[in-house]
Amino acid sequence: MRDFATLFTTLDQTTKTTSKVAALRAFFEAASDSDKLWCIALFSGRRPKRAVTTTLLREWAAELAGIPLWLFEECYPIVGDLAETIALVLPPARQHDDQPLTHWIKTVQSIAPQEEAARKKIILDAWDRLNTTERFLFNKLLTGGFRVGVSQKLVTRALAQCTDQDEAALTHKLMGSWTPDSITFDQLVLQDDPEADLSKPYPFYLAHGVDDIDQLGPVSNWCAELKWDGIRGQLIKRGGAHHLWSRGEELMTDRFPEFAQLRDFLPDGTVIDGEVLAFQDGVPLSFNVLQKRIGRKTVPKKMLIEAPVILQAYDLLEWHGTDIREKPLSERRHLLASLIENLPTDLPIALSKQVPATSWDTLAEARETAREVNAEGLMLKRLSSPYLAGRKKGDWWKWKVDPLTIDAVMIYAQAGHGRRATLFTDYTFAVKSGNELVPFTKAYSGLTDAEFKQITSWVKKNTLQRFGPVRQVTPQHVFEIAFEGIQASPRHKSGIALRFPRMLRWRQDKPLDEINTLEDLQEMLRQFG
Amino acid sequence: MSNVLTFTDKGIYCPAGDFYIDPWGRVERALITHGHSDHARWGMGSYLATKAAAPVMQHRLGDVSIDTVNYAETVQIGDARVSFHPAGHVPGSAQIRVEVAGEVWVASGDYKTTNDGFSEPFEPVRCHAFITESTFGLPIFKWQPQQVVADQINTWWTANRAEGKASILGAYALGKAQRLMSCVDASIGPILTHASIENTNDILRAQGLHLPDTVRVTAETGLKKYPSALVICPPSAFGPWSKKFGPQSQAFASGWMALRGVKRRRAAERGFIISDHADWTELNSAIAETGAERIFVTHGYTSVFTKWLRDQGYDAHVVSTDYGGDEADDSDAPQQDTQDAGAAV
Repeated sequence: MRDFATLFTTLDQTTKTTSKVAALRAFFEAASDSDKLWCIALFSGRRPKRAVTTTLLREWAAELAGIPLWLFEECYPIVGDLAETIALVLPPARQHDDQPLTHWIKTVQSIAPQEEAARKKIILDAWDRLNTTERFLFNKLLTGGFRVGVSQKLVTRALAQCTDQDEAALTHKLMGSWTPDSITFDQLVLQDDPEADLSKPYPFYLAHGVDDIDQLGPVSNWCAELKWDGIRGQLIKRGGAHHLWSRGEELMTDRFPEFAQLRDFLPDGTVIDGEVLAFQDGVPLSFNVLQKRIGRKTVPKKMLIEAPVILQAYDLLEWHGTDIREKPLSERRHLLASLIENLPTDLPIALSKQVPATSWDTLAEARETAREVNAEGLMLKRLSSPYLAGRKKGDWWKWKVDPLTIDAVMIYAQAGHGRRATLFTDYTFAVKSGNELVPFTKAYSGLTDAEFKQITSWVKKNTLQRFGPVRQVTPQHVFEIAFEGIQASPRHKSGIALRFPRMLRWRQDKPLDEINTLEDLQEMLRQFG
Repeated sequence: MSNVLTFTDKGIYCPAGDFYIDPWGRVERALITHGHSDHARWGMGSYLATKAAAPVMQHRLGDVSIDTVNYAETVQIGDARVSFHPAGHVPGSAQIRVEVAGEVWVASGDYKTTNDGFSEPFEPVRCHAFITESTFGLPIFKWQPQQVVADQINTWWTANRAEGKASILGAYALGKAQRLMSCVDASIGPILTHASIENTNDILRAQGLHLPDTVRVTAETGLKKYPSALVICPPSAFGPWSKKFGPQSQAFASGWMALRGVKRRRAAERGFIISDHADWTELNSAIAETGAERIFVTHGYTSVFTKWLRDQGYDAHVVSTDYGGDEADDSDAPQQDTQDAGAAV
């Protein structure tokens, strides 16, 4: 695993894209097909099944390190990563043999069916053969959640360079439901037939937020539609079967059985890009309703009635088996519209309505009022645009409505994970209710590293009480919290739950007695909930 | 039994000798373990330190009078017998042994038990009560032998030279910087230093310590003359100051680099794990070797380390102090308390 550890270390040590790609290329050029395949799999979130609970791993690591479990548990939040904590506390390995990545993955896969004692023996033996970085990687394989500072995009770029093929075409090949156990490197990367896998989705085209509407030119070049707050999805009908993919490349077909009806009406070789939304009586329901469906692998009848979903169709990517992503959006929309027009109206699919783009002013107005129809703002798409792969600037833009905001005081702080393990970055905020402070949300993002650093040193000096890793702090610092939506929530003390809360600004100018009240939040709930 | 040393809001106090050790409040008489600014502060009535520690202290504190002693030399102060013993932290650093009526306490300041080939090596001192730091008092901190780290730095420096890059290495100005320059292979290329480090070099050289040749970087230094140099500077000089060296690779040398999170937050390409503080193993062995039953734990992971020591059968206590902050950048230390809430004894 030394070569994979070297790759990981290099990726971890550099922030430069070119160095990352060079390191990946060096690995791809030297590694075996099987190691290459696993490397691609790991960097795209495909990992061996978790073979052992983290509880057992903690116990075994503490035992081998000769420390009590409580001491291990004290170290974990300071390191901020379980795999790393284990790698650091263990005594030095007594032997070292350089087995390839695939060997250690096979080891992890072999563990699951074993008895606990046998699993322990395998893992302890592995720990005793690996150096600290290799152990860390091995633990990541055991615990899942393999994340390094390299995007799938860079992995694809390096691989495209090594195998001398087009990056977008390779991106397409690497999508879908393959695992290293179900395919070879040759089949996945080198063979030129992505259609061999009928369930394979196209890479999603993603938009950036727009900074300056004035840059976009004549409004007549643009298609505007409401930006829905659901789950972006790709519906595929090929070979008589249908598949629904999320943007995170997760297959969601079974979670939304309503779409099975479409099988009988969509022709083979149809791929539609759209948004899965909870929808009733012609209006979208809030994201909370949809949320109930997301976590479930199967859906009880009651839920199908309470939280029915539809696909708001945005785009047509494949038509009668032909990839039409190169055609202009206007043409694709036209095909999509005529396809949906000819379907029975009671099917769970609708053409996403366009907002008439008569002038930028009318669009601005539509954006302002988007929240009233449970939309997040507008999507602007150039009518002549092809359907690209990945997040690209120029032709597609998100024009989101301004977030709701509220001023609140920080009352608890907790250290972050990973890169942020040394900083207090996770805060709980409260609003006033009479003389009391009522916690209503947590937020983790929105401040600069310098601000987090400043607050961290303040938290260390102003801790009132500790509850495990959580510090109760003097209520003093006021923040403007931005959020996208507000919902009633009986599970929370405040009675409300926010969508996408984050810190917009640290209001060092605001004293504690000027923060918002619980009544203010309740008023927002009445208005926007 | 009366306490030889007590813990006050001005620092560690000896009633029998009416003096303080490494005080942070203004006091009449201060005994100083070493020259780092969290231990040797300005404004005391008088100072007593080792001969080897005094020159740097004099430089840093300016116009103060510093009395000196040799290591292991006994001084009678009031009813206390006092002696200084090597702490291995930086040149001149000492543990201060205080004996009153047969009862012996040792205040160790900052220490490491590894011989860095540069500072006077740590010597264990038998005592009844031992005051220890806990900067790296968790079992996740275990240092590699110095030579292993030196080899890593040499490899990094050599690779940077091959690519025509300067190697910018961030390290604390007193101790760490000199330790690094004496352990790397100076034949690889020129070593340039930031003024704050070279000032300390001058003082240490003047007192007879051997350091490799270095070049002080000033506004006039023709950097072209020293391509692909190793540039040692305090971490605070990263930025505009280090930019002038052109294409470069940046690294930090600190115990905190053991944590991937800290390294990533620092956004340095490399982190070399090397510290002038004892790691977990060293702390435990140093404490065991004193033979002390009472242990007082100052700056660092005080509460966790104290609990661990109690588990091991020691009569251990957390002590609140104003120490901490010399390890490259104290804010790198995850979740240590600046003011520990633990009860002072």
